[in-house]
Amino acid sequence: MIAAEERGVKSEARNVVRDFDVDALRAEFPILTTLSRGKPLVYLDSAATTQKPRAVLDAMRTFYATGNANIHRGVYQLSEEATLAYDGARDVVARFIGSQHPDEIVFVRGTTEAINLVARSFPGGGLGDGDTVVVSEMEHHANIVPWQLAGARTAPIPVTDAGELDLEAAARLLSGPCRLLAVVHVSNALGTVNPIAELCRMARARGVPVLVDGAQAVGHMSVDVTSLDCDFYCFSGHKLFGPTGIGVLWARREHLAAMPPWQGGGDMIDTVTFERTTFAPAPSKFEAGTPNIAGVIGLAAAITWLDAQDRAGIAEHERALLQRGQQLLGEIPGLRLVGTARDKVGVLTFSVDGVHPHDLASLLDADGICIRAGHHCTQPLHRRLGLTATARVSLAPYNTLAELDVLTTSLHRSAKLFAR
Amino acid sequence: MNSLAELYQSVIIEHDRSPRNYRALAMPSHRAEGRNPLCGDEVSVELAVLPDGTIDDVAFQCRGCAVSRASASMMTVALRGKSTDDARELFGRFRALLVDGGAADPTLGRLQAFGGLTAYPMRVKCATMAWHAMIAALSGDREPQGDRR
Repeated sequence: MIAAEERGVKSEARNVVRDFDVDALRAEFPILTTLSRGKPLVYLDSAATTQKPRAVLDAMRTFYATGNANIHRGVYQLSEEATLAYDGARDVVARFIGSQHPDEIVFVRGTTEAINLVARSFPGGGLGDGDTVVVSEMEHHANIVPWQLAGARTAPIPVTDAGELDLEAAARLLSGPCRLLAVVHVSNALGTVNPIAELCRMARARGVPVLVDGAQAVGHMSVDVTSLDCDFYCFSGHKLFGPTGIGVLWARREHLAAMPPWQGGGDMIDTVTFERTTFAPAPSKFEAGTPNIAGVIGLAAAITWLDAQDRAGIAEHERALLQRGQQLLGEIPGLRLVGTARDKVGVLTFSVDGVHPHDLASLLDADGICIRAGHHCTQPLHRRLGLTATARVSLAPYNTLAELDVLTTSLHRSAKLFAR
Repeated sequence: MNSLAELYQSVIIEHDRSPRNYRALAMPSHRAEGRNPLCGDEVSVELAVLPDGTIDDVAFQCRGCAVSRASASMMTVALRGKSTDDARELFGRFRALLVDGGAADPTLGRLQAFGGLTAYPMRVKCATMAWHAMIAALSGDREPQGDRR
């Protein structure tokens, strides 16, 4: 067993990046001071969901405690304030992703619902038999199944052994008959950052619109839909330090105008009669029923919080964590890292010879360490890589080098347990 | 070392490495497959039951984690020579230990070690996967019920 000290890593070696104070950042996340299985919580599953800073928890609590009312209905002050907070959040989200038009922001439950909405209400008469949607082999099931349910065929861009998209193959696929390119910005399973702007240029030259699954991107990098030049961008609040149950579909205004509503109900109509109903303009057209008001308020608080952070410092800190993690894991006998793209975020996916990832995850869990094990909702990718399941460590700005040492010690011990 | 590591060390790893009755039966009278959609693990269980209801032979094959392999292996050892009624009853007691957090049950013998999994409910279905397949096989169902936890 190699103790952290022997490897020359001091547990308080926290500030690898000058002027970035990880302890101050950690202090904003109440959960990080809790115990798991009697041990200090080491949360390394932020690609599944990030933890929430106090700013988000407070915003939601304050709304329910002192500001709760339904929106777009009451004429009284409380309802008016709730409405202003809800619709004001569109401005916050639009600015965050570089959209000039807050009415291009549709609030949904999450990335999955955003993609399903586009699949169900696709502009230009909808998707159906004979239509092809170009996706990639590294897509999350949420960017495969909705297109299949809509009746389209999914044609995947191959992934190289390093976990990058084969752009020549992408060009060939986009040159064939296809209605849409639907591609992930940052892979949840590999951490690969895909060249979205380049893919959008390729698609646009062939008249193909582009939907981007940005679930894993928005928490790690600045996203600007205008400079990416995509058509649809989808993401979730809960991977962005915000609450679960809230997400965003951004789409160009001309697309939203051309898309039929997908759910009927209150708030999405213009006038209703038994003979004929007319609909409100976007985004209301796609937001039937009382929405997740507290979720929207929490999402806006998360974005405001993130915008106030030193994002360059965070990015540098995450790079340092990723490098150190790759180095430490690389020293574990029988461990194979999966996904070695040149441009990647803090995701370390791996397999250990002779050890099933679920056994590994449970043994780590007993040490208070949270990692993900399984196919990470990317079965086609795992099939492509010849793996059934993998273990995944995913990093966030609140993680530390000391936590990577705890992880490594536990991994060494677990691997040794199984060693013959 | 934590208690889960001890559980792995005491029984699981040994059966994972050298699973008993890991084979296909030449003439199974009963057969079923089980799978855990969460992780994609799969198990097939085959039994040769005599006309008087005695389990003459039982074997398994699987692609899965150490917990599911070890549990399946120990199940085959425990069931050989038992009546099908006893097999169902044994599963009831094994399941009670894991799922319902039942009290220690000395009649379970070495299977008692799996009681350590009660603190890990997400892993209980790994330990019961082969057992559900066994019950499904005896009941003539191809697809067993799983523990939905």
